[in-house]
Amino acid sequence: MSDAKASILARMRSAMGRKGDETVRRAAVADRLQRAPRGLIPARGQLAPTARVALFCEMAEKVQASIARVASPAEVPQAVTDYLKSKNLPARVRFGEDARLAEMPWAAQANLEIDRGRAENADLATVSHAFGGIAETGTLMLTSGPDNPTTLNFLPEHHIVVVSAADIAGDYESLWERIRGRFGKGTMPRTVNMITGPSRSADIEQTLLLGAHGPRALHIVVVGEA
Amino acid sequence: MQITSPQFKANARHALDDAPLQRALGHVRSGFITKRATAAAALPEFEQLRDNARDIKDHVLAHLDLYLEAYAEKVEAAGGTVHWAETAEDARRIILDICRKRGARTVTKGKSMITEEIGLNAFLDEHSVAPVETDLGEYIIQLRGEHPSHIIAPAVHVNKDQVEADFRRVHTHLDPNRNLEEPTTLLGEARAVLRDKYFQADIGITGANFLVAETGSSIIVTNEGNGDLTQILPKTHVVVASIEKIVPTLEDVSQILRVLARSATGQDMSVYTTVSTGPKRAGDPDGPEEYHVVLLDNGRSAMLGTEFQDMLRCIRCGACMNHCPVYHAVGGHAYGWVYPGPMGAVLTPSLIGVDQSGHLPNASTFCGRCESVCPMRIPLPKMMRHWREREFSRNLNPATARYGLALWAFFAKRPALYQGLTRLAMGALGLIGRGRGRFSFLPLAGGWTRHRDLPAPQGGTFQAQWAKARGAKAKDMRSKSASGRASA
Repeated sequence: MSDAKASILARMRSAMGRKGDETVRRAAVADRLQRAPRGLIPARGQLAPTARVALFCEMAEKVQASIARVASPAEVPQAVTDYLKSKNLPARVRFGEDARLAEMPWAAQANLEIDRGRAENADLATVSHAFGGIAETGTLMLTSGPDNPTTLNFLPEHHIVVVSAADIAGDYESLWERIRGRFGKGTMPRTVNMITGPSRSADIEQTLLLGAHGPRALHIVVVGEA
Repeated sequence: MQITSPQFKANARHALDDAPLQRALGHVRSGFITKRATAAAALPEFEQLRDNARDIKDHVLAHLDLYLEAYAEKVEAAGGTVHWAETAEDARRIILDICRKRGARTVTKGKSMITEEIGLNAFLDEHSVAPVETDLGEYIIQLRGEHPSHIIAPAVHVNKDQVEADFRRVHTHLDPNRNLEEPTTLLGEARAVLRDKYFQADIGITGANFLVAETGSSIIVTNEGNGDLTQILPKTHVVVASIEKIVPTLEDVSQILRVLARSATGQDMSVYTTVSTGPKRAGDPDGPEEYHVVLLDNGRSAMLGTEFQDMLRCIRCGACMNHCPVYHAVGGHAYGWVYPGPMGAVLTPSLIGVDQSGHLPNASTFCGRCESVCPMRIPLPKMMRHWREREFSRNLNPATARYGLALWAFFAKRPALYQGLTRLAMGALGLIGRGRGRFSFLPLAGGWTRHRDLPAPQGGTFQAQWAKARGAKAKDMRSKSASGRASA
């Protein structure tokens, strides 16, 4: 199909009246890809750390996520247990190999069963650790891999996401910069999920219903202060 | 799919008489407009972001060949495969080929207008591969053997009781006496039925809202999560996207994302914005083993450099149809092909020819609401006018319309004659109609008077009144400046 590629590109170039020297256009493209200039960043999320985390929580709750705030990672297992109890769910969760989750004192939750690895269809509740959060719209960002398998984000009825307050940025652009820092410029993990509230559909008579194909509930545990 | 655009007038008449459709269209009229307005008003930078979004796409279109090359290189560097398809048929062949190589019998599908454009489902069915639509709206219309009537709310023409009947008809393995009164139970049933399909499928096919040149990523923007399950559970993920979906960087995507959901559903952000790059990596416990991108041209490269290039900025949010009085009246199916509403009226003639779809750009009152809400600032009415001109210059209009226009043009080019005749006609009509003040029948105006009375003219022609008003205003100004001088 390389013929198709050549003829599509040739048709474009002739439609655009391009022939001969393309140095200027090539430089413009290379420059934009290299610099990745930021456009207009809305003022909404550009706040001091404490207010930024508060805005994140407010925006996430606006889109039907629930929020628990804890002072330290050590308090996360208790927060997870509390959530499961409040929803009358069995004391059982699944999570991946995330080192931050692994270091938390899960053993202290006497009755809590823990499964590891990718999600299964029958899972009711899973726990992921977010890469970060975006205050502007109450959005979580998660990256795929053995630490936090992507299926954990979509298969369960209840998705519990742990995010460090320090990782909550004002805008998407700040997190893209951090993604580049982690994975290298122009390189991405297989999947980056930006999640804003639990799954929903309005396909039947434009009535908004939660829990379409993904989780019916999204519970966010915000750890520490920014 | 069968193209019925040439029968637009008959389709529209039929739609106006379709009571369930009219009931369903009420949801478009009431819901979308307020939600968009509220979301836009809540973001002070919204209008400037629309400018930025437009500029980004204009920049891309001026460098599209180069960005496509850069993108394809990145996809391949991440272990994916890029297939170039000049036509719908090429794209179908490529996809079937992938299905055959993987021995696929079932494919799940995320919502994708491009796969509607290439008629993929019917083609796969013919070749013994079963496509399963997983978006709730798409699933409903697949059960009904229909096509989407809206680009983001495909089943907006269907009412709840109809969905209930379809589920009872198809889901025969479930208790026939179950209660399906509530929309939540319908949703729950679809969720349970489709869960099994995700796990059975050999291949997952999605569209793409964006293709990112910087990283070689495809991005889908959804609310249900079906697109994600479609692309992470099967062993192969196939993305079908048209060439103009390219955006340079993640920063550029972020600018456009800020206007996309707000314009579409009035959300600040859709629930799931998913960036996928290549197949799963060594050590990844989930994700597809193969990642393919089918890049479709299908007439788009021919739009570059023409008066229709701006249409390639479209991000398929649906705002134009949500705000269109014609769409509100007749719904999406009347347009007769894949893309309805104002964006369809402009895009359809480019893709299937104006000879097939000349009625669509004529199905507009030119009220301008579409352009005023388009996040990419696409001048839709202007482009519909270009299509009307092309239709006229290619002699595609009916003879009566052509002669009528020619006759009008003759007078319009002779202002003195035009004014004299209109003055005479207005006077005569005013005189004849002075009794009732309106006409219920008038020769040559049957198209109007069949449905409502024509008011009888009162007073002079518009031009005469305008001239009079301007004269009075000028006189007023003169006297004002005179009195100003006097007081000084």
